Parts: sequence; C-alpha cells; structure tokens
Amino acid sequence: MSILELKDIQTYYGGIHALKGISLKVEKGEIVTLIGSNGAGKSTALKTICGQVQPKSGSVLFNGKNISSQPAHVTAKTGIAHVPEGRRIFPRLTVKENLEMGAFAVKDKKAIQDRMEKVFHYFPRVKERLSQKGGTMSGGEQQMLAIGRALMSKPDLLLLDEPSMGLAPVIVEQIFDIITELNKEGMTILLVEQNAFQALQVAHRGYVIQTGEIVMSGQGSDLITNEQVREAYLA
Amino acid sequence: MISEILQTLPQVLVDGLTLGAIYAVIALGYTMVYGILELINFAHGEIFMTGAFVGVAVLFFMSGAGWLAVMPAILALLIVLVVTSLVTGVLGMGIERVAYRPLRKAPKLITLISAIGVSFLLQDIVRFITEWKRGNYIVTGPQLFDSKIGLDFSSIWSHFNDAILKTSSVILLVSAILMMIGLDFFVNKSKWGMAMRSVAQDRDTAALMGINVNKVISLTFFIGSALGGATGVLFAMQYGTINPYIGFILGLKAFTAAVLGGIGNIRGAMFGGLLLGVLEMFASANLQKLTGGVFTAEYKDVFAFGILIIVLIFKPEGLFGKAVTEKV
Ligand SMILES: Nc1ncnc2c1ncn2[C@@H]1O[C@H](COP(=O)(O)OP(=O)(O)OP(=O)(O)O)[C@@H](O)[C@H]1O
Ligand SMILES: [Mg+2]
Repeated sequence: MSILELKDIQTYYGGIHALKGISLKVEKGEIVTLIGSNGAGKSTALKTICGQVQPKSGSVLFNGKNISSQPAHVTAKTGIAHVPEGRRIFPRLTVKENLEMGAFAVKDKKAIQDRMEKVFHYFPRVKERLSQKGGTMSGGEQQMLAIGRALMSKPDLLLLDEPSMGLAPVIVEQIFDIITELNKEGMTILLVEQNAFQALQVAHRGYVIQTGEIVMSGQGSDLITNEQVREAYLA
Repeated sequence: MISEILQTLPQVLVDGLTLGAIYAVIALGYTMVYGILELINFAHGEIFMTGAFVGVAVLFFMSGAGWLAVMPAILALLIVLVVTSLVTGVLGMGIERVAYRPLRKAPKLITLISAIGVSFLLQDIVRFITEWKRGNYIVTGPQLFDSKIGLDFSSIWSHFNDAILKTSSVILLVSAILMMIGLDFFVNKSKWGMAMRSVAQDRDTAALMGINVNKVISLTFFIGSALGGATGVLFAMQYGTINPYIGFILGLKAFTAAVLGGIGNIRGAMFGGLLLGVLEMFASANLQKLTGGVFTAEYKDVFAFGILIIVLIFKPEGLFGKAVTEKV
C-alpha cells in the first residue's frame, strides 16, 4: 500500500478549475517531486492533500485511509506535515515558539525537547536564534525554521512547497542536501518545485503538472534527460 | 491655578485610575477579538452591560436567600464574579458562533452590522427581563462595600489635598490588575495563549500545526467576554445604579482606549484604558479652571477625545503600535 495516493482529484476555487483529475502515488521512503510552471496547480495539490482546500471529487488516501474531506488541523495531527509556500513563519513568535507550534499536538515535554535537538542537528543556525522573532530571520533561515517546525510533529510524510523559492544558490544547495539527508533517515517526501533540475536530481520519481493535469511521470533520472521536460522546464 | 490643579491631583488620579481600569479591561475584549478576526466586536460593550445585570441579579438572589448576611463580602463578590464571567463568557462564545462565524468569509462591514444588531438585541433583552422581574429597567443592586479610606497625600507633599478612596475602588483596581496580569501571562506564557497569538498572525498556518482555529476563536471570545462581564460587576459595585444602556458609551470609550493603545495589542489596551480614564477625570476636575469657565466639566469627553485625535494624527497605529508586544 502506498503511503499516499491521489485518485482523480478535482479541485475548484469558485469557478476556477485548478486540478482536473490528478492521480499520483508516493511510496514509503521515496522522494517524489511535482514540477510545473506558475499556476499549474502544484500548491493546490499539496493544499488538497493536507486539507486546506477540499476537492470536489476524487480521493486522497493516506496509508489507505480516505482523508479527502478531513480539515487541515486533523490531518496535521495524523502524520502529514506541510511546509507551505513562502514558509509562513509566525512573524511575531520567537524562533523557539515557532518550533513549539510545530509540536502543538504533542503533550510529552521530553519528546518535544528531543525533537528540538534533532532540528538543531539539521539546522545549527536555528539554535543560535531561538529568542529572535521569526519575522526578523533571513529568507534562508526562515526556510530552515519552516522545515524544522514541520519536523517537530514527527511526520510520516513531509510536503514541501517550493523550498528553494527566493534563496541564494548556496542556500538552495544546503536545503536540498538536508532533504536528501532526511530521506536517507527514512522520511517520505513530496516535493513541489519550479527548480526542476535540482528537484529531479534528488527525487526518485517525478510528475509534471500543467494547467491542473499530470502530463508526464517517471524516474527522476529519466525525466531529467527527457527532451520535452528539458525544453519546458530546464531551459 | 496650577496650585489648584495640584491640590486635586491625588483625587483625580485615584478616580481616573479606577475608571481607567474599567476601560482597560473592557478594551482587552475589543483588542483580542480584533487581533484574531480583524473584527470590531461592537457587541462587547453590551456584554459588559449584561455582566453588570447578571452580577446584580446574582446579588439579589444571594441577598434574598439570606446568604449575603452570613458570608464575608469578599467571598460574595468572588462568587458573583465567577458566575457572571461564566455566563458572559458563554454568551460571547455563542454570539460569535451564531452572529459572526457564518459571516467569516463575508466583508468585514457585514459582520460589523451583525455586531451592531447583536448590541441592540442584548440591550432590549436585558431591558425586557429586568422590567419584567423588577418593574423598572434601572436598578441599584445590594452594595457589598460601602466604607471609604482617606489617603493622606498632603503629608507626602503639602501642595496636595488628601484623597478619598472608596473600598470598592480598591477592590475594583485590585481585581482589574489581577485580570490584566492573568491575561497577559496566559497569552504570552501558556500553550493556548501561544495558539491564540499564532491564529492572530496566520490562521491558515496555525491550522497546519494541528490547531483547531474555530476552537481558538471561541476561546478568545470566551475570555474577552468573561473579563468584560466581570468588569460589569465591578462597575455596578463601584457606581451603584445601572441601566441597559451603560454599555454603549462605555464600550465606545473602551474601544477608543484600545485604539489609543494600538488595536490588537493587549498591553496597549491596558495602558490606553488607564490613560483615557485619567485624562477624563483630569478634564472633569479642571476644565472649568483651565478655560476660565468657558467649558464646564460636561465637556470632559471633548478634552479626552481631542487628545486621542492628536495622538492618532501623529501615531495612527496607536501608542504601542504593533511592534512592542504580541498582537492577539
Ligand atoms: N485562493 C485562490 N482563489 C482562486 N484561485 C486560486 C486560488 N489559489 C490558486 N488559484 C488558482 O489556481 C491555479 C493553481 O494555483 P496554484 O497556486 O496551485 O499554482 P502553483 O503551481 O502552485 O503556482 P506557483 O508556482 O506560482 O506557486 C492558478 O490558476 C491560480 O490562479
Ligand atoms: Mg505554488
């Protein structure tokens, strides 16, 4: 059984038909990437998975259970963590409070402390800034904090929406290294990116989405050499 | 003239802080709801008023049952405060559920109209019930504390006159301060307080953290309304007579205090309330002297609101803006 499966998902924003029958699968332990250009429906796909928007039809199966009409706060507690586009750090909470928010549903103080240590292990920079207000961090630091915050819930599936957005190449490199490292330690990741080249390099498999439809899918290494993909996304 | 103003200053401060404490606690309710929903909960003044009536009703009941005679006044007050806070807290939560939540996606103006509607509704319900039960909608409840304390300010500095402090003012001030410290602590230090701040800053992302946003909004209304209702009890105790319309002007002034402190800012609301109270009492005591008799004490609101306008012209975000403490 796949950890995540989308079956013929149709999502609308009022009259706008954003997802026109998306189906995809993520297996346990994989990095799967969803690439596509602006407005293709990548973020909408992630929002539909985590319950921020409800699909009109189709199903989202998480570990075989249909979660397609479950509100976001419930899904968050059942093992899916979503790092939203634009990072969405709480600007006037401290870095430490932002991390604590990630473990809001966790009652065990010791577990929270352990997870925070784990986050510091991946992102030592975050540790140096615990009492700083989240909103005063740099873009790269905020992205690290956003991923760290998601890890605090100890998810089974991590949804990442354009983690490289607006970051300098060195930082992007670091973020992708961490993504690979997290995956090596067992984390299943669904990665949305416009930075197709880098995403396909770290991903096992990829899907290409275009105006709300999956137009291509395959191994990361195959897509990266595919003529059409190269033309549209890697030029 | 200066010396006359100085003479009355201690009394002005005592009365101003007492009134200001009332504004401050009510202002908290406005500012919390605004912080989390960007909604001016116009009905909050009426929650305060309802609290005053519920408190007096509980007092009448306790007095009728003969309890007031046998229990210490402080204990009686505590019971009244707890019962009233629970009633108005649940009332506030109910109002949000029925009158605001269905309009959450509607333009803010529509919700504001709904809030004004709730205000009138509460005024009339309270008036109806009070008239029905007591034959008159203006009531004076049993007084728990009627002693006074003299404060010997003149021995501190000979230019000061002594001030008189009602016992009820002391109790009002102490209760208000405890409520404010308690709320500040809750919002800034507790887990659910952190949840409230996160929902105020970014509702969608708070939901991604597993927070039930509707629950947090209900909690915010409960706390704001419980504090507002408790303040109503303190008001009734301090000023004696109440009617169903006290919430309107007081609510407006408390809202003003919240804006003065920086709407959405909890500490700002507390400070704004105290400042407005002192300004108002200062104007009431000295306006006639300051203007050579042109303006009498009745114009105190013009003075207080004039200062408000000046502050807002130079600092539209309010005295504390958004930068100082957490917005809720
Ligand atoms: N809240 C919304 N209301 C109405 N339309 C929306 C909303 N959010 C997204 N859309 C529309 O849905 C479509 C898909 O948007 P989505 O944000 O999923 O794209 P995306 O692939 O994430 O793009 P980007 O790379 O720019 O982030 C777009 O046409 C967009 O305009
Ligand atoms: Mg997007």
